[in-house]
Amino acid sequence: MRTANVRSIVIWTLVALVGAAGWSVLALSRGEDVSAAWMVAAALGSYAIAYRFYAKFIAYKVLKVDHTRATPAERLNNGIDFHPTDRRVLLGHHFAAIAGAGPLVGPVLAAQMGYLPGTVWIIAGVVFAGAVQDMVVLFFSTRRNGRSLGQMAREEIGPFGGAAALIAAFAIMIILLGVLALVVVNALAASPWGTFSIAMTIPIALLMGFYLRVLRPGRVTEVSLLGVALLLLALVAGRWVAESSWAGTFTLAPSTLVVWLVAYGFVASILPVWMLLAPRDYLSTFMKIGTILLLALGVVIVLPTLRMDAVTDFASRGDGPVFAGSLFPFVFITIACGALSGFHSLISSGTTPKMIQKETQVRMIGYGSMLMESSVAVMALVAASIVDPGLYFAMNAPSGVIGTTVENASQVVTGWGYQISPGDLAQAAKNVEESSLLSRTGGAPTLAVGVSEIFSQVTGGGLRAFWYHFAIMFEALFILTALDAGTRVGRFMLQDLLGNVFRPFRNVSWKPGLVVTSAIVCGLWGYFLWVGVHEPLGGINQLFPVFGISNQLLAAVALAVCTTLLVKSGRLKWAWITGIPLAWDATVTLTASWQKVFSSDPRVGFFKQRSVFQDAIDAGKVLPPAKNMDDMHTVVTNSTVDGILTALLPVLIVVVIADALRVCVRHIRRPALSSLSESPYVESRIVAPAGLFPTQQEKEEARAAIGASPGRSDA
Amino acid sequence: MLRSALHRVVRTLRGVRWYLRELTDESAYDRYVAHLRAIRPGAPVPTRRAFERMRTQRQEADPRQGFRCC
Repeated sequence: MRTANVRSIVIWTLVALVGAAGWSVLALSRGEDVSAAWMVAAALGSYAIAYRFYAKFIAYKVLKVDHTRATPAERLNNGIDFHPTDRRVLLGHHFAAIAGAGPLVGPVLAAQMGYLPGTVWIIAGVVFAGAVQDMVVLFFSTRRNGRSLGQMAREEIGPFGGAAALIAAFAIMIILLGVLALVVVNALAASPWGTFSIAMTIPIALLMGFYLRVLRPGRVTEVSLLGVALLLLALVAGRWVAESSWAGTFTLAPSTLVVWLVAYGFVASILPVWMLLAPRDYLSTFMKIGTILLLALGVVIVLPTLRMDAVTDFASRGDGPVFAGSLFPFVFITIACGALSGFHSLISSGTTPKMIQKETQVRMIGYGSMLMESSVAVMALVAASIVDPGLYFAMNAPSGVIGTTVENASQVVTGWGYQISPGDLAQAAKNVEESSLLSRTGGAPTLAVGVSEIFSQVTGGGLRAFWYHFAIMFEALFILTALDAGTRVGRFMLQDLLGNVFRPFRNVSWKPGLVVTSAIVCGLWGYFLWVGVHEPLGGINQLFPVFGISNQLLAAVALAVCTTLLVKSGRLKWAWITGIPLAWDATVTLTASWQKVFSSDPRVGFFKQRSVFQDAIDAGKVLPPAKNMDDMHTVVTNSTVDGILTALLPVLIVVVIADALRVCVRHIRRPALSSLSESPYVESRIVAPAGLFPTQQEKEEARAAIGASPGRSDA
Repeated sequence: MLRSALHRVVRTLRGVRWYLRELTDESAYDRYVAHLRAIRPGAPVPTRRAFERMRTQRQEADPRQGFRCC
C-alpha cells in the first residue's frame, strides 16, 4: 500500500473544496444573483476529482490496463490508419471527433427547467456514465483490434442482439440527421446574413479541395488557415449582402431551406470525399477547436451572472414550451451529448483504438476527452442561462404558442412569469441584425445570443451582431459536415443490409447502388426535416425527445456490451461500473418512451395527441395551434409516425439488453460455454507515458529506451 | 539570458508546428514513408500526390473512418 505524500493531500483537499464551494452556492442560492464562476468551479472541481480517483480506479483496478501489452496500433502498424499516435495528438483527434453540435444544443433546450437540473446531470452523468462508457468501450475495442460496437455486439452477445443493435444504430442515425438539419433550418430561415455565409462555405470548401488535390497535396495546415480566413471574410461579407439588394435572394423560407439542405446532402454524399467532405472537415475542426477555446476564455474572463432561475416551474409541471414533460425523465434525454452519449461509442470503437499507443492511455483519451466535451456542455448551459429568461422563452417556444408578433409573444411569456416588453424583444433582434428572434427554436440561435453577449463584453458592444452570426456559422458548419458524413455512414449500413438481398449492393463503389442508397438515406432524414419544419406543434418540441431517446438507447447498447464484456472477462465483481449507468439509462429512456407513447397528457403522449386531434377532425373542429384542417391532418400523421418510432426503438433495445443478460447469466452458470474474442497478448516495445504529463518514473523509462523507439516521444 | 529566451521561443514554435501537422494529419505522408523504409528498405515509395489519393480512396470505401459525432 502506497502512502500519499502531504503535498498531494493538500492539493486534492483544495480541489475538493473548490468543487464543493461551487456546488453549495449553486444548490443553496434562490432568487439571488449567481455568477457563472460557481458553475465553472463545481464542474472543474468535480472533473478533476473524478479523473484523478474514479477514472484511475477503473483503469487500473477494473480494466487492469497493461502497459506491457502492445496495442493494435503497434502490432498492426501500417503507417496509415493503424499507427501509434502521440497521446496529445490523439486527444485532439478524439475530442474533435466526439464533440459537435450535440453538447451545444441539448443543454440550451434543457435550460427551460432552470440551470440547476442541467448542471447536475451534465456533471454527474459524465463522471459516472458518459466518460466511463467512452473509456470502457475504447479499452475493449483496443483489446479487439479496433472492432466496431456492432461487431463486438455480434461477437460477444450473439447474432440476434447484434442485428438489433445494427438496425437501432441506423434508425438513430436518420433521426439524428433530421433533427440536426432542423436546427440549421431554424437558425437560417429568413436570415440573409446567416444563409449567405453558410452558402459561401461550399465554394470555400471546393477551393480547398482543389488546392489539396491538385496544387499542393497534403498541405492541410496552410489550406486550412486560408479557408478560415476566407470563412471570416464570408462572415463579414454576410452583413454587406444583408444590407444590399441581394438580401432577397438569401432570405429563404424554411420549406425552401429544406429542399436546399436535402439536395446538398444528396449531392455532397455522392461527390468524391476530396471535393467537399475532407476540406469541410478540416474547416469545421479548426473552427470547432478555436471557438471552444475562445468561449472558454470568454466565460472565464467575463464570469457573467446567470439570469435564468435555478429551477423553473416547468420542471415539476411538465408543461414547458420548449419540450413537454417533467424533469424526470426528460432532462436526462434532452441532454445527451455532454453527459452520456451513445454516439461516442461509435468513435471509441473503430477509429481511435487503431491509433492509441498504450492501453494505459485509455483514461486520458476516453475519459479525458469526454470530460472536455462535458465542459463544452456546461459552457452552452452558461450561455443559455445568461440570456434574459423572457427572451429565452420567446426564442424557444413554437410560434403556435406565442404567436408571430412581439406584442403577442411578450404577453404569453409574461403570463409564464417572465417579464419582457415587446420593445425589448424587438431590440434584441435588432442588436444582432435579425428581422425577428421569435420562435428561433433548436438551440443554436439562443446559444448564439448568449455567445454574442459574452464575446461582446470582451470586444465591445459594436461587434454583437458579428459574434451572433459567427456562432450561427460555427454551429451550422459542422452540422452540414455531419449531414454529409452521416449520410455516407447511413448509406454504408444500408448497402451492407441490402447486399444480403441483392449482391451488387455489397460493392460499396457500385455507382447505381451508391446513388440509390444515398437517395434513400437523404429521403429518410429529409422526411423528418420536412415534418419538423411543417409541424404546427413545433418541430423541435415534437422531434427532439425522439432524438434524445434514440441517442440514449444507443448508449444503452454500448453499456450493455461493456457490462457483458466485464462479466465474460472475469470482472463480474466490477460489472456495476457500467451496470449501474446501464440500469439508470434504461430506466430513464424506457420511462421517457413509455410516457411519449402512453401518457394521457396530449402534450406528452403521441397517441393521446393523435386521438385528441382525430376526434376534433371527426367533429369538424380546428384545435389551436393548428390553423386549418390541413394542419390538423398533419398533426395526426406526424404524431402517429413519432409514436410508432418511439414505441419500436425501445423494443429493439430491450432485445439487446435481454440478450446481453442471457449471455451474462449463462457465463456465470457455465463459464466454459462462453468464448471471448480478445486478441492474444504481445509484448509492447514502445515506451510512452500514460497521462498528459509524464511521471518521474516514465521519464526515466523514456530515457532508458532512447534510440529504441522511432519518432519523438516529447516535443 | 536573451539566447535562452530565444531558444525557448523557437522550441515552442517548433512544438506548435509539430502539433498542428500531426493533428491535421499533414504529417501522414512522412510517417508512411518512414514506415515503408523501416519495414522494406528497398521498396519504391509512392509520391505524395499518389499517397494522398490513396488515403481519400480509403475513406471513400469505408466512411466510418474519420466519422464525426453529433
